Amino acid sequence: MSDRKELLRVRGLQTTFFTDDGEIPAVDNINFSVREGEILGIVGESGCGKSVSALSIMGLVPSPPGKITGGQIEFDGKDLTKLSQKEMRKVRGKDIAMIFQEPMTSLNPLFTIGNQLMEAILIHHKDWSKKQARNRAIEMMKLVGLPRSEELIKEYPHQLSGGMRQRVMIAMALVCDPKVLIADEPTTALDVTIQAQILQLMKDLNERLNTAVIMITHDLGVVAETCERVVVMYGGQVVEEGPVKLLFNDPQHPYTKGLIQSVPDMRFKKQRLYSIPGNVPKPGSVNTGCRFAARCEFAFEQCRVENPNLYQTSPEHKTRCFLHERKEVSAVDRAVVES
Amino acid sequence: MTEPLLKVKGLKKYFPIRQGVLGKVSGQVKAVDDVSFYVNEGETLGIVGESGCGKSTTGRMLMRLLEPTEGSIEFDGKLLSDLSKEEMRKARREIQMVFQDPYASLNPRHSIGKILEEPLVVHGIGDVKERKKKVNEFLEIVGLSSYHARRYPHQFSGGQRQRIGIARALMTNPKLIIADEPVSALDVSIQAQVLNLMQDLQKDLKLTYIFIAHDLGVVRHISDRVGVMYLGKMVELADSESLYSKPLHPYSKALLSAVPVPDPNFTREQILITGDIPSPSNPPAGCTFHTRCPFKMDICSKTVPVLKEVEKGHSVACHLYNEQGQQ
Ligand SMILES: Nc1ncnc2c1ncn2[C@@H]1O[C@H](COP(=O)(O)OP(=O)(O)OP(=O)(O)O)[C@@H](O)[C@H]1O
Ligand SMILES: Nc1ncnc2c1ncn2[C@@H]1O[C@H](COP(=O)(O)OP(=O)(O)OP(=O)(O)O)[C@@H](O)[C@H]1O
Ligand SMILES: [Mg+2]
Ligand SMILES: [Mg+2]
Repeated sequence: MSDRKELLRVRGLQTTFFTDDGEIPAVDNINFSVREGEILGIVGESGCGKSVSALSIMGLVPSPPGKITGGQIEFDGKDLTKLSQKEMRKVRGKDIAMIFQEPMTSLNPLFTIGNQLMEAILIHHKDWSKKQARNRAIEMMKLVGLPRSEELIKEYPHQLSGGMRQRVMIAMALVCDPKVLIADEPTTALDVTIQAQILQLMKDLNERLNTAVIMITHDLGVVAETCERVVVMYGGQVVEEGPVKLLFNDPQHPYTKGLIQSVPDMRFKKQRLYSIPGNVPKPGSVNTGCRFAARCEFAFEQCRVENPNLYQTSPEHKTRCFLHERKEVSAVDRAVVES
Repeated sequence: MTEPLLKVKGLKKYFPIRQGVLGKVSGQVKAVDDVSFYVNEGETLGIVGESGCGKSTTGRMLMRLLEPTEGSIEFDGKLLSDLSKEEMRKARREIQMVFQDPYASLNPRHSIGKILEEPLVVHGIGDVKERKKKVNEFLEIVGLSSYHARRYPHQFSGGQRQRIGIARALMTNPKLIIADEPVSALDVSIQAQVLNLMQDLQKDLKLTYIFIAHDLGVVRHISDRVGVMYLGKMVELADSESLYSKPLHPYSKALLSAVPVPDPNFTREQILITGDIPSPSNPPAGCTFHTRCPFKMDICSKTVPVLKEVEKGHSVACHLYNEQGQQ
């Protein structure tokens, strides 16, 4: 796993919204990387900056009011934050694709499914004939498990169910054979039996096509079921990162621990749920210390004045918490991976 | 044994589909189609099922926000349909609802104090001073403070707004609370707070809950018994322990196996059902699940299975558990 090449590297990324109410650091100095062919989960509660991180990678942060105010996004030897709009469009078409939570808003209600798929195909294969594009569209529809493709190709988005529309979106995202697919809550709007189908499809495609996937979700179940590695975000920052098993079996950050314990488990009845006190922070609430300190039962003086670094707790596992420093006996292991 | 607090028999709600300028009825949406169940005092009945299966419509009929097409609702020993206007007003006090979206259900122009006082005014409970006292009392009960009464809904977070929604439902000292997706819009860490609050209140105030949700983990956590709905019908109803450890209906099995479990060490056999949920305006004949059922038999497309107790406290509507098809 760790020997896989890093495809995309986000370094110290900062994305800020300049609003009437002041500056909102929606993404505040985040670091993570995506490796070839892996499924990386980004998990966290609403407003923690998951979507803005994804939009930053795609070069789609609404501007104004948003702007990347710092850091780099390295991909294929380039820094994506430095590319022009035109160059970025090329990357989006060819290398990195994205699907969204609500497929209806990203499909044009006035055009048939076939029309929209073929258009996406013809953008990448300018020399193809209509017929070639149509064949490829049907092939793509089969790839994502859409039934009766010959008829479906003539139908309009509103004639499809939510699950089928999400399959169409996945097909559109895959026409260019991207190296990275960003899926932002791809199943949140779907029923569980349909969600299970879509997650299975994404896992299959990831295996067959070796497309790396960034799976953005607030659902720890989805993470546990689909991802190899996980990044946990809180208040615009990465607070923990690690392989999925390590993260669930031995969570390091109090927030991750609390989050895992807060979820009711379907397999057995917990007497009482653990609950993290307080509220999810409003973005933009200025805070010099650890973003989680106000809700953390382990917080001490330092946590309230100083924001901890990401510490490496084992070769694959990082946490942004001073507890690690306290716990760690050997100073040698106390490698600070980010200043 | 004491009588259940609520008894529902053969409940139906068909919505007419109107077409053309004259609004001629061209069909019906069978939103709830012959549902029966009971709820004992002090317990929580969970109702689960995928979107459009009729959970909210059921809840709204119990609240009398919707008139049932057919069927009877007996509350505290009396049929709701037999009640006089005055008795109905009283009954309404005793059944209250908590909604999914606390924001949409709280008037943005009213202070929290006014919002909480309103049910008391409507039911003519107490004088101004008593009402104020009660508002403060319930704000504290749900974990807020009396100074919050002067604030407005937009000044609260989602979790706090849901606490206000719960406080409002409690103002008239109800016996039964129908909670329709009360935590679905909340973040995980906040969801746990609200679930704990609801459990504490149930104990302290001896409340009975009908808890409607699509999250099967949440429903298991809070419910004593659980009903599974599919296309307007109750397909299985059992003690929550028994339903989750040994679901009988093929739909319940598929539904439970589809839920992602937050534990990467856990592997399980998934029963993936194919296809989409049919439209309730044109439900399949016989068992409405037969179009997607991996165990379909001949009888399933012809005869509607009835909900029958096959083990103590465990009922299922499926031909597999008939005499012939006994598994
Ligand atoms: N267009 C915008 N204008 C101003 N602020 C914005 C805008 N888009 C996002 N933000 C801010 O950035 C923060 C992070 O938003 P983001 O959409 O990334 O959250 P998220 O983690 O995806 O949450 P969710 O789970 O609700 O989708 C938000 O809290 C929001 O206040
Ligand atoms: N006023 C109405 N007129 C016509 N059809 C309706 C009306 N209200 C609900 N329906 C239909 O009745 C069916 C059941 O709806 P209901 O809202 O009870 O489902 P639900 O189980 O609560 O779903 P969800 O999980 O999405 O909330 C749906 O097909 C819905 O479209
Ligand atoms: Mg988002
Ligand atoms: Mg509903």
